[in-house]
Amino acid sequence: MNEVPQMDQSNFSLGAAASAVPLAPGQAVANKLIAQKVSVFYGEKQALIDVSIDIRDKAVTSFIGPSGCGKSTFLRCLNRMNDFIDNARVTGSVEMDGVNIYDPSLDPVQLRARVGMVFQKPNPFPKSIFDNVAYGPRIHGLASAKSDLEEIVVTSLEKAGLYKEVKDRIHEAGTGLSGGQQQRLCIARAIAVSPEVILMDEPCSALDPIATAKIEELIDELRENFCIVIVTHSMQQAARVSQRTAFFHLGILVEEGETSQIFTNPREPRTQDYITGRFG
Amino acid sequence: MTDAALEADAGFNRQQDWASEANARRLKKRYAANRRLQIYGLTAIALAIGLLGTLISSLVIEGYKAFYQSKATLEIRLDPALIDPSNLADANYRRIFNTAIEQYFPEVTSPTEKRQLSDIFSNESRYALRDYVVANPGQIGQTVKLKVSLSDPFDQLEKGVIPRYVEALTDAEKARFEFLANRGLIEGRGADAALKVNLFIDPQKVNAADIPSGQFRDIIGDGLRSIVRNSDFVERSFDIIRGDATEVLKAHLIANPGSIGQIIENFKLPLSQHYGTLASGQTPMVFNGRFASEKQFEWLDRLKSQNMVSYPFASELFVNATSRFPELAGLAGAIAGSFYALMVCFLISFPLGIAAAVYLEEFAPKNRWTDLIEVNINNLAAVPSVVFGLLGLAVFLNTFGLPRSVPLVGGMVLALITLPTIIITTRAALKAVPPSIREAALGVGASKHQVVMHHVLPLAMPGIMTGVIIGLAHALGETAPLLLIGMNAFIPSIENIGLLEPATALPTQIYAWADSPERGFVARTSAAILVLLGFLVVMNGIAIFLRQRFERKW
Repeated sequence: MNEVPQMDQSNFSLGAAASAVPLAPGQAVANKLIAQKVSVFYGEKQALIDVSIDIRDKAVTSFIGPSGCGKSTFLRCLNRMNDFIDNARVTGSVEMDGVNIYDPSLDPVQLRARVGMVFQKPNPFPKSIFDNVAYGPRIHGLASAKSDLEEIVVTSLEKAGLYKEVKDRIHEAGTGLSGGQQQRLCIARAIAVSPEVILMDEPCSALDPIATAKIEELIDELRENFCIVIVTHSMQQAARVSQRTAFFHLGILVEEGETSQIFTNPREPRTQDYITGRFG
Repeated sequence: MTDAALEADAGFNRQQDWASEANARRLKKRYAANRRLQIYGLTAIALAIGLLGTLISSLVIEGYKAFYQSKATLEIRLDPALIDPSNLADANYRRIFNTAIEQYFPEVTSPTEKRQLSDIFSNESRYALRDYVVANPGQIGQTVKLKVSLSDPFDQLEKGVIPRYVEALTDAEKARFEFLANRGLIEGRGADAALKVNLFIDPQKVNAADIPSGQFRDIIGDGLRSIVRNSDFVERSFDIIRGDATEVLKAHLIANPGSIGQIIENFKLPLSQHYGTLASGQTPMVFNGRFASEKQFEWLDRLKSQNMVSYPFASELFVNATSRFPELAGLAGAIAGSFYALMVCFLISFPLGIAAAVYLEEFAPKNRWTDLIEVNINNLAAVPSVVFGLLGLAVFLNTFGLPRSVPLVGGMVLALITLPTIIITTRAALKAVPPSIREAALGVGASKHQVVMHHVLPLAMPGIMTGVIIGLAHALGETAPLLLIGMNAFIPSIENIGLLEPATALPTQIYAWADSPERGFVARTSAAILVLLGFLVVMNGIAIFLRQRFERKW
């Protein structure tokens, strides 16, 4: 964690993924999520101040910023995980495909099936690998027959790049896998319910560099089918995996734009200071 | 920078001299403190183990005698003339049994002796015989061998708990004798032993004309008073001399009428039997008053010399219900009563406790009301169990009119006692489930109740079970509340056992036995405590097993 780059910004290697999303001819820029003036209060304290951002579909958007800047808080607004924090209050609106997810008529449980989430620390259920992935489809009734369920599990594991490694021990405990495998299992679990958006809250912070590389590769593959939002402390990671980057500071969305633009030519001096390691 | 700040800065940069004497002292002090703490801990543990060891060993030493039973194997002829095959249960088994034992002792003829003979055997023997005949009607007319228990005094005699003979004199009596002997006032041995006293033959107490009507007891009393001026001592010293000492004095005065008005020095008053024995340097013993006659010992010895007495495992302790006769008293009724009460307790407190804990921990809003409930639950866990007993008495028996003494009510009261424990341990177990699991389930779109039912509760279950079992073990040992709702009923049969039948429980049985005067119940009480402890150890063992086997490491 807290990999604060000590280097000059020119040392950033912007991976292929970081280049602007090549849009096919005729394809319009599609925004999956549109947040408007989102503020979050924990009791009296305001943790997030009027954040407005459009998040594109079929692309990776990364949130960067120093600790406590509100990027995780904002991420949790996108699938209403903040509902479980007793004194948290959210104002503003977040529209997904034109529907406000804070509308009282919208069921937050179903929303969370559509907006999957991967957490900082790999948290597989203490059950078998199969049951881990099958849990979501089971409770949402996605598979009517056992063979359907098996297909979903296998496909999800394949998409998460884990199937080859675990196909012989799919009924063994998911907690017996290595950290990186566990995190990919969690990703497989998230995509098994066919979400439209996947939120990732520092998914690599508890992993070693090799496992991190695999997850990053996976994220790059997944963006073809999902809208992905990732919170990261590592600016190299943001640069490597995301097409768009948003910089948060003290609860304010300071700057948002194409990743290459944010890292090479930030408009805001605070962004400039942060990515060059002057604070944070 | 100001001067103060400079100074503070200097203080911060001051070098610690790690080799200084002050530092060495500080180090030494720290080591000593470490050692002291360890010694306190070790002492506490040693003390606890020592006390536990003392408790267990004293129970075992006292209680093992209840695990075997002195029995005699008797040949009994099942006289067809005395047994009606159509009504097997109603024959005169007492007579059949007495005939059988009297054949071994043909010399016993008088009714008193016959009764004394049958007193050696347990009162239950005739019922054992009846049960045997009812079970084996084909044996009527045959001679069968049957093992019957000895009655409690003889069982205790065989176990060495009570002796055949006991010391005749108390320590105080021996001390009084010792006092006289040390003054050189005791002379001779055995039957010749005598107490030497100077007697003034007061002419006012003995008329020379009519010596036999003299007040010899007063004269001897005056003489004893001259040894110790203590009327109590004098009165008790009369026990030391023989009852006919006055006759001896009378005979002496008739023979020597000239002594009247004189002082007879060192008059020898003969000692009574036990003190005579004591004067010979032996301990005077008397026949133990618990037994009817010494002949009973002879008869018992004869049975033993014919190898008819054996000491098998006392299955009665586990098979029988309680009884007035310690040799027959068993724990079956109490174990069954405890079992039913615990079942009821479990069925009430387990679902109720878990439901309450899950609601409070997972669903309840955190406000003043839930805080109040939480504080009160914690307080309930500290309420003395006797208070719950009174509550049960007032509510279950008096208000709801449920029957007294029944395991259903006992279990309900025990459930009240265990509920706070179960709620507290369940909440702790639920809290111990890491939040990451909840987040993971919520993240794939599980609802709150799915998170609890599918993940949190199953993961907390080993911890919950541990708490429940420890709560039940606690309930198993509760005595006071059961006494209050009358679950110390005397139920000498195990035929009618059920939720709504009067019953007793293990701890109340122990209480009742500890209160019984018969000597055999002392060992029975210890044995019952061992059985109760055994159950507790097993239950705690299960709790530990569940914890080890199913608890997950994160």
